[in-house]
Amino acid sequence: MKANKNMRGHRKTGTTSIDRRSAASRPLPASHAKGHATRRGLLLGGFCLCCLPGTICASDAGPFATEEIADGIHIRRGVDEDATQANENAIANIGFIVGRDSVLVTDPGGSLTDGENLRATIARTIRLPVKYVVLSHVHPDHIFGASAFLKDDPVFVGHARLKKTLLQRGAFYREKLIAIFGSERTGTIVLPGMEVRDRAEIDLGGRIIEVTAHAPAHTVCDLSLFDKNTGTLLPADLLFVRRMPSLDGSLRGWIKTLDGLKNRAAARAVPGHGPVAADWPAASAGIARYLATLERDTRQAIADGVGIDAAINTAAASERGEWKLFDDYNGRNVGEAYKELEWE
Amino acid sequence: MGMTLPQTETFMRSFALAGALAGAILLPGAAAAQDDEATRTARWNDLSHEIFGARQIQTGGANITLEAPERAEDAALVPVTIRVQNPGEVKSITLVIDDNPAPVAAHVTFGPAGDPRSLKLRVRVNQYTNMHAVEETKDGALYETHRFVKASGGCSAPSGSYDAEALARIGQMKLRLLGDPQEVHSREAQLLIRHPNFNGMQRDEATKGYTPARFLKSVDVTLDGAAVLHLDSDISLAADPAITFGVNAHGKGKLAITARDSDNAVFEQNFDLGPGGS
Repeated sequence: MKANKNMRGHRKTGTTSIDRRSAASRPLPASHAKGHATRRGLLLGGFCLCCLPGTICASDAGPFATEEIADGIHIRRGVDEDATQANENAIANIGFIVGRDSVLVTDPGGSLTDGENLRATIARTIRLPVKYVVLSHVHPDHIFGASAFLKDDPVFVGHARLKKTLLQRGAFYREKLIAIFGSERTGTIVLPGMEVRDRAEIDLGGRIIEVTAHAPAHTVCDLSLFDKNTGTLLPADLLFVRRMPSLDGSLRGWIKTLDGLKNRAAARAVPGHGPVAADWPAASAGIARYLATLERDTRQAIADGVGIDAAINTAAASERGEWKLFDDYNGRNVGEAYKELEWE
Repeated sequence: MGMTLPQTETFMRSFALAGALAGAILLPGAAAAQDDEATRTARWNDLSHEIFGARQIQTGGANITLEAPERAEDAALVPVTIRVQNPGEVKSITLVIDDNPAPVAAHVTFGPAGDPRSLKLRVRVNQYTNMHAVEETKDGALYETHRFVKASGGCSAPSGSYDAEALARIGQMKLRLLGDPQEVHSREAQLLIRHPNFNGMQRDEATKGYTPARFLKSVDVTLDGAAVLHLDSDISLAADPAITFGVNAHGKGKLAITARDSDNAVFEQNFDLGPGGS
């Protein structure tokens, strides 16, 4: 009960801190009709130190290398590792898209440090305001950098299910990250102010970004983006290339979603993990094969009466040579798949 | 009916902060129990006394075995198999996860239509721990076997997939007969029950800090009216509990399931065991 009270106290403080600084309701373009215009941030477990007057913030923050994979789309390659103190959880492909009037961030990164470094990179590249920060899904390696952008007062964009999922998991994720990075460097939880239920469009000035909310696939709250100007698809973690995918939503849903995305004509796609850009739909072949193998082998194990404990060691084992970090994720993926498919 | 399952709320809360992430992104475990063999033995001595009183517990490697992964892929879903070599003599089996907030994960009493030969469960593991399986024979003797399992954070891992839609299906059951249909003595049956088994340790900022505990407390299985087993369970069973057990079914019969949870909800379902399974 004590922990509970403390946490609620912190939340109250954090919310006040944000509300004081943010414009309560900034006029939004008509294209936001489907989203909720009021922006609400939520800080858990303490202040964002950067928001406090007089705090010297992130002296080690600095720009990192990005690649301009298409006109105005800058992507940083995440390392193919799990979170460590050394890599600052900079493990996802993240970046920004530059329009005539403003900049859209997707995603803000895996820690406060990662987010601050991205922010510094943007400032070095272009003198335009960051007006949108897309939170592609709930996983910490993509969104814990969000609080680095609070000072820009952007619209945080997420799937309609993101807020609920973050409320359930965010504090848990944050505790795990704090154990690695410490509370000051982890970043706080920022909830989406613009919630996308189906589709939405974001206008950066002469540049329309389509936002699509998907049914449960990689997670229960996946967004993909499409830049009309360059024909670039940004499916975030719906697409892994040569780095082992993690299943946290629905296996059948992911296969179906990927099938749908394949039909989308795009010049290139930006994987959530893997190279910063790849041909589309060719780049989806690897993950589609893995997911199909996972489904087939798990279904077979269930049909043969092979228990979940044995299936974890055998299903999709033929894929081992194709993926970095295979052994860190495959067993868990089989467990998730098994739980989903055994009810059929 | 069943035995008292020791559990304290403060104990539960204090462990809610320990452990590794069981989400989809792997992070190193932060707070694994670093205690030594002597500490673990002392803990078991205390615990076994609390559960079984002053009764002597013999080392039972010849009678009972416990299979569990040395290092679990998912601390919120650790598959466990308990096998006994003397099924005719077995009255009950108890699974104890020594360092879990509520250590007694399951206590299963077998009836005349039950076959204790093998029992499979899926459990949550909060931190590195010994697991004990204890067989109680019909003449009152106790035999134990144990295993050290490396897994942590399974108790506080978010049950993210449990939304309103999933809760609407609470109590839904599925039964499958496994193994050789020609087996004349008994069949292995797997029972799946949809239930979030919220243990009070999953955070939910939208409500009041934690999703309130709601978990399966007991399951009764009968075959044509004869008892197969009675299970007393607690917060250590994984979400959507899965129980695989032996039933002395000679091809046919009506298997009746009654499950009760901590909100006093009762879920009942009957399955007709056809010759080819259900």
